[in-house]
Parts: sequence; C-alpha cells; structure tokens
Amino acid sequence: MAQSKAVSKKANKTKKRIWSVFIYLSIITLVEVVLGIIKPAFLVENTLITLPFLEWIFIILTIYKAYLITWAFMHMEHEPKGLRRAVVWTALFLVLYLVFILLIEGAYVYDVYKNGYIEWNF
Amino acid sequence: MEGTALQTGTEGKTWGGGEKSPMKASYGKLMMWFFLTSDALTFSGFLVAYGFSRFKFADVWPIADNVFNAFPGLHGVDAPMYYVALMTFILIFSSVTMVLAVDAGHRLEKGKVATYMLLTILGGAIFLGSQAWEWSHFIEGTHGAVETRGGQIVQFVNADGERMALSDFVESGSSERVQYERNDAFWFSSDSKEIPKYTIQEVKNGFEANPDLMLRMPNNAAEGEKEILSRKASMDFLMNNGEQVVQGANLTHNEYGPPLFADFFFFITGFHGFHVFTGVMINVIIFFNVLIGTYEKRKSYEMVEKVGLYWHFVDLVWVFVFTFFYLV
Repeated sequence: MAQSKAVSKKANKTKKRIWSVFIYLSIITLVEVVLGIIKPAFLVENTLITLPFLEWIFIILTIYKAYLITWAFMHMEHEPKGLRRAVVWTALFLVLYLVFILLIEGAYVYDVYKNGYIEWNF
Repeated sequence: MEGTALQTGTEGKTWGGGEKSPMKASYGKLMMWFFLTSDALTFSGFLVAYGFSRFKFADVWPIADNVFNAFPGLHGVDAPMYYVALMTFILIFSSVTMVLAVDAGHRLEKGKVATYMLLTILGGAIFLGSQAWEWSHFIEGTHGAVETRGGQIVQFVNADGERMALSDFVESGSSERVQYERNDAFWFSSDSKEIPKYTIQEVKNGFEANPDLMLRMPNNAAEGEKEILSRKASMDFLMNNGEQVVQGANLTHNEYGPPLFADFFFFITGFHGFHVFTGVMINVIIFFNVLIGTYEKRKSYEMVEKVGLYWHFVDLVWVFVFTFFYLV
C-alpha cells in the first residue's frame, strides 16, 4: 500500500513536469510569434555582432526550447552524465564549428559581390 | 598462457567493461540517441547552408513575413506567421501526448499508452496536412512577379505599398502562347511545365495603363523593408529589364525572390516533413504492437520510449526550422 502510494506520487510529479514544460514551450512560442509580428523598433535597430537584438532573442529562446524538449521530453535529465555528454557535446561542438566557418564565409562572399569586380546583377 | 591477458587496472570500474554499462541504457536506446545525434548534424548542415546563402545574398533575401503570410480561409488577408505558429503548436502538443504515452508505459497501462499514441499519430497527420497546404500555396503563388534578365524578381505594389496581383491589372490578350511538345521540333526536348497566364508584354501594357503601380525591388531599403521605386523609375526598369513572368514557385524560379530561397524551403521543410512522415509510420506500427499486447507480454514499453525519442527529435528540429525560416 505504502509502495503504491509512493509510485503514484512519483507519477504525479512526472505528469506535472510534462505539463509545466508544455506550458513553458507554448509561452515561449507565443512570445516569439508576438515579437515577430510587432518587431519592436529598438530591438531591430540595435545590433550585436551584425545581428539585431531581436534575432538574438529568437535564437536564445530557440536554444532554450531545444533544451526543454531534450531534457524533459526526451528524459535527458534522467540519463547518466556519460550519455548526456556523448550526445550533447558532440552535436554542440560540431554545430558551432559549422556555424562559425560557414557564416563567416557567407559574409565574406557577400563582401566580394558587393565591393569586388563581379557584376552579378546585370 | 593466462599471464598474457592484458590487465588495464580498470576492472570493475566504470570504463573497465564487464557487467557495468557506463551509459546505463539498452543497446537500442543508445543507438537511437546516436542516430539522432547524426541526424541533428544533417539538419544543422542544411540550416547552416541556408544561413550561408542568406548571408551571401543578404541584400536580396526575401523577408519571411512577405512570403508566409497566408492562412487557410483568409484570402488576401496579411497574416504573417499565424499559420506556422499553429503548426508549431500542433507539433508541440503531439510531443506532449507522446511523452504521456511513454509515461503511461512506465506504469504498464496499456489502454493509456494506446490512447496517447493515437493522439500523437493524429497530431502528426494534422501537421503533415498543414505542411501540404503550405507547400501547395507556395507552389501556386499568390501575386505573381516579373523576373529580369539578371534573375532579379520584381513585384508590383500600389500607391499604399500593398502588393498587387498580376490578375488585378493585366488583361489577358490574344497573344496566348501554346505549350510546345517534344515532337514539335527536332532538337526540342520539353517546354516549361506551366506557361504563365500572361505574357511579359501584357504585363508591361497593364503596368503602363495603371499609373499608381510601382515596383518593389528585391534589395533592402532598411532592415525588414524592401526598396520601392518611384513610378518613373519603375516604368524605366520594367520596360528595359523585364524578361519573363513568374507565377508561384518551383526549383528554378519563384515569385518571392532568389531561386535558392525556394530550393532551401522545399529541401529543408521537405526533409523535415519526410521525418514527420516516417515518424507517423513508425508510431502506427508501435501503436498496433501496443494494441496486440506485444509490450504487455514483455513487461516493458521501452519500444514506445525509443520511438518517442525519434518523435521528440522531429519536434526539436521543427523548433529550429521555425526560427530560422520564419522568424529571423
């Protein structure tokens, strides 16, 4: 009897976690959509490392959403450290590398098109 | 001979092998995680390639709000992002029902697992249907545009800066072009699949006859806005550079901007949609396994957990696609 009570208590806790994560995800998505529709001027005009603040906000919220999905829905929070790091660090490192190298290259090609001698807009 | 066996000094410890598994996960679950890691890298490759092209053509890249602003049933109403936001909610909610199914599986509640699986499948199917609508809308196009010799896309706006459809001001004349077939000429292989409704000359005539029309250029005037030419400059530009009429989008032309934009749209959302589709299929298989009691007999619903991982991953990818395609 006492054991089944403990089990149901644990089950309730898991359910609560699931629904609260769902609510967080929904609120973040709503915030993103609202910001995307009204586009506050000061967030668009001010930039940090070539990107407007607004885009940084979107990116940070997205990463937070990804964290919530992976940790709560995919149960990463209950996995041992080894598994967590094998999956998350690998992906994180390679993605950061890709982003770094390709976006810088893209910006460079943009400069060549703009200031170089190539006429592509004939 | 026993003396030659290698002793590492780690026997009995975490990395010594043997009984204890450092990841504390079954083979199947571990492999699902590693598959998802590699799949995440594939998607990152696509999205970063999109970022590369966007940085490269930063000045002429279309603004998402001008492209994805339609909602089923609201014809001609500017509704940026409402539709994708809805799709996002559908997918998040199907993720919730999936995790509830996994949770019920831990407690071996067969009925609940089946119900939640069914809801998840339903959510996935609705998402796929929404995506099909969005694709067909994108392919059919809304307003139509003109492409220049250099491949620039120019769109038509009225004095208030609202986008005008070709059908609003072009009169279809007698100069209808016929679709050529393979056997019409010796070296001819195929014509474009769909000949635009109007010829470029008819568009030019219609533009001349409506003095309040102006051109919206592909390049940015300010952050989040495209340049609109004056009436005189518009006339000059269209008459001298207008080369062909573009209606809708395909892999080589699209009325929204550079062909690359449509290519990435089809490829990335298509690849994601393919994942959703396979996810639904796998969920259906697991759903029937639940119904016939396969996991009940095993006393373990770990299969549900494994497909759950895949399903959440599909949701995870959509979160990124949503941000990089529709928001930033």
